[in-house]
Amino acid sequence: MSSSIRDSTGATTTQRTMDSDARTIQRTLARSGASWVPLVLASVMLALIPPYALGPFYLNLLGKFLTYAIVALGLDLIWGYTGMLSLGQGLFFGLGGYAMAMYLKLEACGKRLPDFMEWSGRTTLPAFWIPFHSPVFAIAAALIVPSVVAGVVGYLIFRSRVQGVYFAIITQALTLIANILFIGQQPVTGGTNGITDLSTIFGRPLEAHGTQVALYEVTAISMALVYVLCRAITNSRFGRLLVAMRDDEARIRFLGYNPVTFKVAVFVLSAAIAGLAGALFVPQVGIISPDMMDVVFSVEIVIWVAVGGRNTLVGAILGAILVNAGKSAFSDSFPDIWQYFLGGLFIASVLLFPNGLVGSYRTLLQRFQSWRRRGESPVV
Amino acid sequence: MADMLGHLFDGLSLGSILLLISLGLAFIFGLMNVINMAHGEFIMVGAYVAYEFQVHLASLMGGVDRGIWFIAAIPAAFVVTALLGVLLELLLIRHLYGRTLDTLLATWGVGIVMRQAARSIFGAPNVQVSAPSWLQAGLNLPGGVVLPYDRLFIFGLALLSVISLYFYLYRSSSGRRLRAVMQNREMASCLGVNTRMVDAATFGLGTGLAGIAGCVLTLIGPIGPSIGTHYIVDAFIVIVLGGVGSLPGAVLAAVLIGVGNTYLELWSTASLGKVLIFAVVIGFLQWKPSGLVARKGR
Repeated sequence: MSSSIRDSTGATTTQRTMDSDARTIQRTLARSGASWVPLVLASVMLALIPPYALGPFYLNLLGKFLTYAIVALGLDLIWGYTGMLSLGQGLFFGLGGYAMAMYLKLEACGKRLPDFMEWSGRTTLPAFWIPFHSPVFAIAAALIVPSVVAGVVGYLIFRSRVQGVYFAIITQALTLIANILFIGQQPVTGGTNGITDLSTIFGRPLEAHGTQVALYEVTAISMALVYVLCRAITNSRFGRLLVAMRDDEARIRFLGYNPVTFKVAVFVLSAAIAGLAGALFVPQVGIISPDMMDVVFSVEIVIWVAVGGRNTLVGAILGAILVNAGKSAFSDSFPDIWQYFLGGLFIASVLLFPNGLVGSYRTLLQRFQSWRRRGESPVV
Repeated sequence: MADMLGHLFDGLSLGSILLLISLGLAFIFGLMNVINMAHGEFIMVGAYVAYEFQVHLASLMGGVDRGIWFIAAIPAAFVVTALLGVLLELLLIRHLYGRTLDTLLATWGVGIVMRQAARSIFGAPNVQVSAPSWLQAGLNLPGGVVLPYDRLFIFGLALLSVISLYFYLYRSSSGRRLRAVMQNREMASCLGVNTRMVDAATFGLGTGLAGIAGCVLTLIGPIGPSIGTHYIVDAFIVIVLGGVGSLPGAVLAAVLIGVGNTYLELWSTASLGKVLIFAVVIGFLQWKPSGLVARKGR
């Protein structure tokens, strides 16, 4: 739309305006058509090629990165589009992960009590663990528990019109508190170690190549679906309202909308997405610990999105994969340098590339196009 | 009765620690609207200054037990962290005014770099600073209550910091300039105040306060490169409860959280106590969203 306005401002005759409008519409159509084709192609390629092209180790690694990409998509929705920096995504990811791990642990233990409960002297399974014998319940819980936490906390926060940086601080505190709570309640959560020694899923060994491929496929498809969902949301009226709230919340309120409802909705959605990612993460990595639901991890999710480009969705996926690929490539052999690099990445992504990779690429592309257009027919 | 007095003292002592660690953060956040996530790392730097003083300078100052080195380390920590803060302001923060959320991310990156630098310089394991001997005993009150001297010292230092900050802000010409810039930058600039200098000085003062906090934290426990991350979220909770940009609010909030936390921990467990405090703060914000002492609108 904005490009059509820009084009037509310089036109002196109606004919030129109509021409440029028609061109804009054509371009828009072509672009929207073109944006679906690569998406489908990319999803198919992502689902089909890696299981054959990559060895088990790298397939597993990529599967893990894709779960990170899913969390990043959720964060982009709430941060990039709605402008609320949530530092609680790590918590929601962890909650989803714990829900899944509880099921896997019970499956691994059979009739016996989970080992960490025995160590801390419990003799019976806590009541809230019992339903986790059912995988359906566990998967549902991985989505619902984060949603409920986000819903309750979000409602309380947004109702009192806590905004901007306070939201970041409070969600950060929430993550820290949950982290402390999970470490402190060792008899029922596994404490600092978390839940370990998971062996099977639906009766199949986790380490088997077939299981790993299946888990990878589920993750890749989930990511594609989450992407489509986020894309559909951002293209919808609801998505435009989110952006409008980011840019001027008071105005939205004066227009008769209640921002609380929308904000809670998007917070809950991003929490559910993070929970899903956590549930997919655990069977592939084989462990969940409080480290996965702490503040550091939450802030790292932010940097993935910032590096890829907030407000673009594609950038969230790219950023999550690239930063983590860099991390696993360098952090083992050069842990010191990686930390300096990571710190520098935070500073550079704010100071030099506030739009991230995708944003910078688009700016370059636009400049190039306008330069070419100017060559054909000088507008303005 | 004796127990209650002891718990109250524990609470006040925790409150004074919270106040020391959040004072600089509140100062920077309230006046400059900058979230300094590297605040914890400035605390860490202050703690390592105390450590270095003990290792290298204590023998020149009459030994570890005499504790002259410790008294000297406090202003030294202030100066070192304040200079680092000024440097950070000049290089980075300067470009980010008005982008509060971005300051959060950028300073988080600074924090990572500082933590790693400390790891490279001092090594990853924690180190212990031994307190001067005159801080190791306690004041015996009738009824069997012992008030440890180190806690009393921290309490006094927190009090001193608040009072000096108050006098600096409201009773000195430099403080007046600072307040002028934060209230109306253009007007202050027109009247001949060097606003860039004031910005750098304000940020440096805030980080300098973190240095003091770090110095006294060595009395409480071992220190390490990631000591700052333990305290940063607590400091933020104090600010949110107190109301941003309010010195009295920060004092009140620190004391309330300190005392509240102590009693809630007694009543439940350490981890549950923190959860409850957080719930209380969230609940309180429902009632007063802008904190205990709200800043007056201009």
